[in-house]
Amino acid sequence: MKNSVYLLLIMSALSFGQSKSKAANVIVNGEASQENLEVYDFDEIEKFLNLDDQKVHVVNFWATWCAPCVKELPYFEALQEKYKDQNVEVLLISLDFPNQYESKLKPFIQKKNIKSKVIALNDTDMNTWLPKVNKDWSGAIPATIIYKNGNRHFYEQSFTYEELENQVQTFLK
Amino acid sequence: MKTHLRIALILAVVVSTVSFTTKKVSGDGYQIGDVVQDFKLKNIDNKEVSLSDYKAAKGFIIAFTCNTCPYAMAYEDRIIALDKKYASQGYPVIAIMPNNTTVKPGDSFEAMQRRAKEKDYTFPYLIDADQSVYPQFGATKTPHMYVLKKTKKGNVVEYIGAIDDNYQDASAVKEKYVENAVDALLKGEEVKQKTTRAIGCTIKV
Repeated sequence: MKNSVYLLLIMSALSFGQSKSKAANVIVNGEASQENLEVYDFDEIEKFLNLDDQKVHVVNFWATWCAPCVKELPYFEALQEKYKDQNVEVLLISLDFPNQYESKLKPFIQKKNIKSKVIALNDTDMNTWLPKVNKDWSGAIPATIIYKNGNRHFYEQSFTYEELENQVQTFLK
Repeated sequence: MKTHLRIALILAVVVSTVSFTTKKVSGDGYQIGDVVQDFKLKNIDNKEVSLSDYKAAKGFIIAFTCNTCPYAMAYEDRIIALDKKYASQGYPVIAIMPNNTTVKPGDSFEAMQRRAKEKDYTFPYLIDADQSVYPQFGATKTPHMYVLKKTKKGNVVEYIGAIDDNYQDASAVKEKYVENAVDALLKGEEVKQKTTRAIGCTIKV
């Protein structure tokens, strides 16, 4: 199982090299967030959770200090690479503490060469915004929303690549 | 080749079923109004602690917390302050470390002992070594707080959730959820805000 993920990663790295022009946009995002991280409060983040644009949106809540989150990040990256031409968009919402944006988050994005879009959510009033993401969310991360227009599903769990891909495919049907 | 694929598929199904099942169990647990089953867990001084040891207590502030989670660290001083304020009024803090220490060596029993000593914990810091207590509570993350009131029928859950509404800055807190709950109970009143939610670190299994 692990091997296939590695293979996917290698393949995606290769295909990325070949289709540079197509991926340019994505890498600009990566560099932009490295240089200039977009930070939002929840009111501003909410629009990213409710886009009505025929795309499958995979929104993952994570943080660099969250080990299971970091472990599953490559799966989201591989998913984004594999399905980028099928209207699938991965968004990684970081819950890192603001005082670690410079010391931890930005270096992490650069070091791991994260290509999916990363934005940061800074909103301390969690009891207000957590239920707006999902009424059942206890607040544990990683947590993921997959949605397409009105159809959405919330996952308070870690994913394997296979589980993640299976879930996304149900939205592509 | 085909058999391999089939086995892999079966494995994938089994693995995902198992992980979803485990997930569900940890999502259940005590609700407001439930009576808590007593436990016996090892404290950092190697002695075992149960709720029934606290004959004079009026209730408890149970804190599922750990050494390593940034949120738990941000709240550490506030947990200490809760015990200083409320232990003498009959609501002591009982801290429980729920993580699997193989996954999180920074939360090992020895590391817990060191941390408690460095910070002069005035309350027990228990290890849920076989990870059996936190699922009973339904705790999913650190920090995760439970306020219990001692009654004739047992220790009743009166509050579940966060300590307050600002993990970043204790001085900017507007709502002290746990304090409000304990203050209400001390006055014999009903807890107004019985549950709150906050981001925390998933308990490591």
